[in-house]
Order: sequence, then structure tokens, then C-alpha cells
Amino acid sequence: MINWQPTASFEILRQRADMISRIRAFFAERGVWEVETPLLSHATVTDAHIMSIEAPFKEMGSGKEEICYLQTSPEYAMKRLLAAGSGSIFQITKAFRQGEVGRLHNPEFTMLEWYRLGFDHHALMDELDELLQVVLKLPPAMRMSVADVYQQCVGIDPHTATVEDLKKCAEQYVESYPDLPNDKNNWLDLLFTHCIEPQLGKDAPLFLYDFPVSQAALAKIRQENPPVASRFEMYFKGVELANGFHELQDSVEQRKRFEADLKYRETQGIPLVPMDERFLAALQQGLPDCAGVALGIDRLIMLALGCETVAATLSFSFVSS
Amino acid sequence: MAVYTTNEIRGGMKIIVDNDPCVILDNEFVKPGKGQAFNRIKYRNLKTGRVVERTYKSGDSMQAADVAEVEAQYLYHDGTHSHYMVQDTFEQFVMTDAEVGEAKQWIKEQAICMLMLWNGTPLGVTPPNFVVLKIVETDPGVRGDTSGGGGKPAKLETGAVVRVPLFVQEGELIKVDARTGVYVSRAKEE
Repeated sequence: MINWQPTASFEILRQRADMISRIRAFFAERGVWEVETPLLSHATVTDAHIMSIEAPFKEMGSGKEEICYLQTSPEYAMKRLLAAGSGSIFQITKAFRQGEVGRLHNPEFTMLEWYRLGFDHHALMDELDELLQVVLKLPPAMRMSVADVYQQCVGIDPHTATVEDLKKCAEQYVESYPDLPNDKNNWLDLLFTHCIEPQLGKDAPLFLYDFPVSQAALAKIRQENPPVASRFEMYFKGVELANGFHELQDSVEQRKRFEADLKYRETQGIPLVPMDERFLAALQQGLPDCAGVALGIDRLIMLALGCETVAATLSFSFVSS
Repeated sequence: MAVYTTNEIRGGMKIIVDNDPCVILDNEFVKPGKGQAFNRIKYRNLKTGRVVERTYKSGDSMQAADVAEVEAQYLYHDGTHSHYMVQDTFEQFVMTDAEVGEAKQWIKEQAICMLMLWNGTPLGVTPPNFVVLKIVETDPGVRGDTSGGGGKPAKLETGAVVRVPLFVQEGELIKVDARTGVYVSRAKEE
């Protein structure tokens, strides 16, 4: 028997629709306007651990074929709008990730992403906290620096630790772990996913802020001692829900980070992808000072409604789509 | 020998870990938004019965274990080992008490069981879901009690002890669910 029925119940789907309309109202009240950007793109992210789903485009008539990509987030296109002078914007859209399927992952998922002019990452955390309290009636969020959370859970400083230090730490705290590339971020990820993440945000959402510079992604780096990336993430009930930055505005630095990603991909045998030159050109022209954040809507609804899996919040999950 | 990658692994599959056959219990995909993907795989070692959780990098591969199940009849115990025979081929298998483990208390001679074989060597045995066994020892019950509320312990001919209703007497046959060890009903000779 082929199971054609929806994955989620109508009760869940109606509550989902209601939450999404309240999110739209939240931004409308604040004068943040909704935009739409393409799902299909000529270039894509270079991130070492984010794989894009390729979509070959064949032009009718000419027979010309080009590998395009389904977007993994609307970030580059939205920043092009910001650089062109849009002002503060938000979007609720689909994002796609190659190979990601599990209890907390669906290869296509709904993402809420927004950008606020003149905000830094702390001001944006304030607004996200407000959104969660107003729309989802969650308790006020807590805040903790990334340095403090590693220190508290595994007794290590993530900013200064070397790969060797992190390996020793894994030996002590992780029951059995695989061999990983000699790259600091992989070992940070191992400790984080196994020893830290499951304990985060038990009673209220928790913001982690100020990341090691090796995990700066698209965040500004502040030259303090040690230097830190103005990036934050939000966790609730042990689940990662959001990632935000005080956005990097320097196009030269951004290109360097893309090139470093591609170099890592090359050493690890991960397929290379074209850098988004239009995004880099927009940065060069000038991105206004702003902070932005992406929030996983399916996971948020999953937690708000007490579901066990993201699939339970989807009309048709990947497994049954 | 077949190889599975982390994303193919499902509950019930048999793999080799550190040279031992294991059965998969759970496979959880763990991945930070921008970070390395892992699979946290939980399995039971089929030799030792131990449940272990191990983390793999997504995409890592593991060797499939050639584990098969075969129907066999329990013949006898020779003091140290149990002897089983596959009825259509007359092939015989011998297992130590440790290998038979908890299953021993539900299996009497002639019972048809499932043997789990790894490369032709038995790893364990599963008794039939329901077994009919004789009560060899129990306190006399109170006459007239038919509710079964409360109950009393009864020792069976294979050594197992189960809770039975008060009206069930020594020497009677009863049907028991061997998976849970729960009394089902009185039974007649089969």
C-alpha cells in the first residue's frame, strides 16, 4: 500500500499556519518588509560542511546546459538587496541541504531570515528573544558566551585550544569518536554536539555568542584579546534553532574566507563550487552596517508544539514526499 | 563482503565492529547547521549482549555481518552444552550455556527454536514466542479464586519462575509468552 496521507496532522498544520502569520505580523508592525529571492542560483555557498543540491538547467533551443544550485539559505541574495538600499527586510522561504535527513533534518526546510540595519548581534538577539516571547509565548532567553559554555561543559577554552588540546578533551569526554581531519572546527563540532548541545536551553531559549574566529562564517571579527567573531546561535531544548551575525562588510576579507573554504574542500576531496561573484560585488559596493539571523521554522514549530521530529510539522516530509 | 555507509544503516541490520557481529538498534544523524555531520549509532554486540553507542563521521562505512537465522530443534543438554538440530538437513549445532543465556529457561527438549548463525557458528537462540510448560512447584491456591488478581509464583519444568493466578495448581500445564515471561492461560498437552 502506498501511503499518500499527510505526514503532519491538520491540527499541527493549522497551528503552523497561525504561527507563520503571527511572525509576518510581528515584522509588519516593525516596518521590516518581506522580500522574495530565487531558490535557484548560479553560484552557491563554499562552506566546508554545507552541500548544495545541484539542479542542471538546460536552455531550450540552444541546448546549453549549466549546473545551478538550490539555495542553502537566502543570505547572499538578501545581502544584495541590502547593498542596493532595501532597508531592513525579512523572508520566509525554503532552503535546501544535500544529504541531510534525520529526526531534526529534512533536505528542504523552511527558514525565516531577517536583517536589521544599524543592529549589532546583541541588538538582534534582543529582537529574536522578543519574537519568541510574543509569537510563541516562550520564556525570556538566557545568554552565555561560547567561551563560557565550553569552559563549563568540557573545561577548555575554544578560542585558544589547539587541535591537540581538543583531541585530548574528546578522549576524556566522548565515549567513542571517529578520526577527523586535522582541523580545529571539526573537533570543536565533535565536543559541541556530544557534550554541550544536548544540555542547552532546557527551560528557556539560550543564546551563545562570540564564536572562535575559525567559526566566524559571515560575521565580523572583533580584534579583542583573544579576537572573537560577532556571531550567535540560539538553542532550545538541546536543539539548534538560529544562527546570526553582526554582518561582515569587508569584501576582501569575505573573498579570503571563501577561498579558505575552497582550499579546505580541495584537501578533503569535497567537490568545489563557484563562489558567488555577484554577492562579492555587492559587498564591494557596500553593505550597510547590519545584523542578520536565520531561524529554522520547522524545528521551532516542532519544539513549540511538543513534536518529536521535524517531519511531524511538515505536510509531506522528504521520506513521504 | 557487503559494506554499508552510515546513511544506509537502519535498525536491525547486522554489522561487524572490532571483529564482533553486532545488530543496529538506532542511528541518529547529528549535524550543526554549519558543522561536521556525525552519525551516532547504537548497537548490541551479538556475542556479549552489550549495548554500545559509537559516533561515526557521516559517510564512513562499516562491514556487513553475515548473520542468518535458521529453525532448529533442541535435542538435549550434555551437562555443559546444548545440542540443536536442523530438522531437514540433520545438521547439528552445539552451544555453551553462556551462548544460550536467558533463553534456556523457556526451552524444553523437542522445542523448535530459531538459531542465529554468524558465518555458520551459533551466536544465540530464540525460544518460540509462546511455550507450554509444566508447573513443578507452586503453593496450593485458594479454591474458588478465578480472578487471577495478585497471583503467586510458580516454578516450571525448565527452571523459569512465572506469576500465575491462585487457581493454577502444581502439575498443570500453562502457556507463557516467552518474550515477556508473562502467564497467558492454562494449557492441554499438545
